[in-house]
Amino acid sequence: MDMTQTADAPPPSPPQPSAKPETEVRERPALRAGDRLFLGLSGGSGILLLVLMAAIAGFLSYRAVNAISQDHGNFFTTFEWNTDTTPPVFGIAVLAFGTIVSSIIAMAVAVPVSIGIALFITHYAHRRIASPLAYVVDLLAAVPSIVYGLWGALFLVPHMNGLDLWLDRYFGWTYVFDQSTPGSAARSLFTVSILLAIMIVPIITNVSREVFRQVPRAHQEAALALGATRWEVVRLSVLPFARSGIISASMLGLGRALGETMAVATVLSSSSVLSLHLLDPEGGTFAQNIASHFGEATNFGRDALIAGGLVLFVITLIVNGAARLIIARRKEYSGANA
Amino acid sequence: MAKRIDVSGLSAFYGGFRAIDDISMTVEPRTVTAFIGPSGCGKSTFLRTLNRMHEVTPGGRVEGKVLLDDENLYGSDVDPVSVRRTVGMVFQRPNPFPTMSIYDNVAAGLRLNGRRRKQELDEIVEKSLTGANLWNEVKDRLGKPGAGLSGGQQQRLCIARAIAVEPDVLLMDEPCSALDPISTLAIEDLIGGLKERFTIVIVTHNMQQAARVSDRTAFFNLAAVGQPGKLIEIDETERIFSNPSVQATEDYISGRFG
Repeated sequence: MDMTQTADAPPPSPPQPSAKPETEVRERPALRAGDRLFLGLSGGSGILLLVLMAAIAGFLSYRAVNAISQDHGNFFTTFEWNTDTTPPVFGIAVLAFGTIVSSIIAMAVAVPVSIGIALFITHYAHRRIASPLAYVVDLLAAVPSIVYGLWGALFLVPHMNGLDLWLDRYFGWTYVFDQSTPGSAARSLFTVSILLAIMIVPIITNVSREVFRQVPRAHQEAALALGATRWEVVRLSVLPFARSGIISASMLGLGRALGETMAVATVLSSSSVLSLHLLDPEGGTFAQNIASHFGEATNFGRDALIAGGLVLFVITLIVNGAARLIIARRKEYSGANA
Repeated sequence: MAKRIDVSGLSAFYGGFRAIDDISMTVEPRTVTAFIGPSGCGKSTFLRTLNRMHEVTPGGRVEGKVLLDDENLYGSDVDPVSVRRTVGMVFQRPNPFPTMSIYDNVAAGLRLNGRRRKQELDEIVEKSLTGANLWNEVKDRLGKPGAGLSGGQQQRLCIARAIAVEPDVLLMDEPCSALDPISTLAIEDLIGGLKERFTIVIVTHNMQQAARVSDRTAFFNLAAVGQPGKLIEIDETERIFSNPSVQATEDYISGRFG
């Protein structure tokens, strides 16, 4: 089309469209329109995503700056969250501590368990057990978080006492597991961590399972033929191949743990005390703080909560960036190019 | 060190399907035996029964006996894992561990056997890579990933990995089918040298290759698709290619079918 236009240049003549060129001219733009449409759709979606991210960041920052500028405490080191007093004094120290610590504990518990379940499903269990088990894990991933929250508050909390007492007795010397009033109801950061762990196990398991399933047969047979036992096959060929996938899966889980709201708000007896005694009913998380205060908050109070949300947003970005760095650093050794 | 393989009355199954039927043969130590035959005749399946890899496939099952010198690989008290430590295998597609360096690939089997002394590993890695005609090409980049080598080099790396543990037998399942002619030649040369130390069994679709590298050749065939594969005959390679005793062998070799 371009060729004929440039060559025959000016006359946009009506005599031109004889039968043959007509069909050619019609066919090619039709294809191009499809291409252009597709490019527009895919490119547009990509750009839309960036715009959305920027809009969220912009909105959060705008409202947050408004709140922080009127904060009479230090936003990062203050423990209390009092936005209704004059002057308002609020800070994220307790929330940041609670969010990060509960997520780390949840990850420490959930990642090994999830890898274990995923390996069991893909490499150990008989197919008759593996498929139903995989299905159950899928179901667990779909349970709404408020249901986990209710279950946590009504079942897990009363049943944590035994574990708490045991930890207090044998690991109380670590300070972290020292309980101030032994036997008190376990609406603590530790219980929250365990609940979060249970909630993220299905996600991490599902994603890891898919990755384990993709490990090429050739790699596993290579290990087998060297006389590797089943566990050695897993260690030599499955886990290395799945490494970046496991990291991605864990990050998905961590993302959910960091941002989990209703379950934490339902279980945790929150306070503005930064307590290293994880078994005590103290502390809070960003998301829980927003859920607990948003209803009664004034306009200013909401801006303050949004400032907290912004910090959570930044933490999540940093975590994801770090994960990508870890994956990229070992790219040369990844199984992808084999 | 190199051992004799003595197979008698061996059949292999995939679930209810009998893939190979009642095979008996003897493979002498320090020889190269080639398996040839049309696709689906069970020669790869048979090869995989010689290191108990067949039963790893879901539904895989074996009947019969495989004696390595005098030990039955399918004896009730024999651990398949220990069988695979004495019968090495090289696969159709080069399959170095992609996350491991060249050095670690070769040392992988040794480490499985609990040998971890650095100096000992260094020596065996060099000896194995030399034995696989790869040492000169990789000695300056032992720490680099094995997956970064060319296809032919990767296959020689896999051979180095297999011989590092000093197996009694080395099985090769169409080791050159994914390689270019020059890499193929390199591997064939290598096989000629390796047979001084190992008993080698090689499956190949390339009859010239069988003629070039092997001392003895076994011809497998199947009556029809869905029928089990059988051993038609095994004899000196020269004889199989010049004057086989079964008509089907001659038809196959002269290209009249398959």
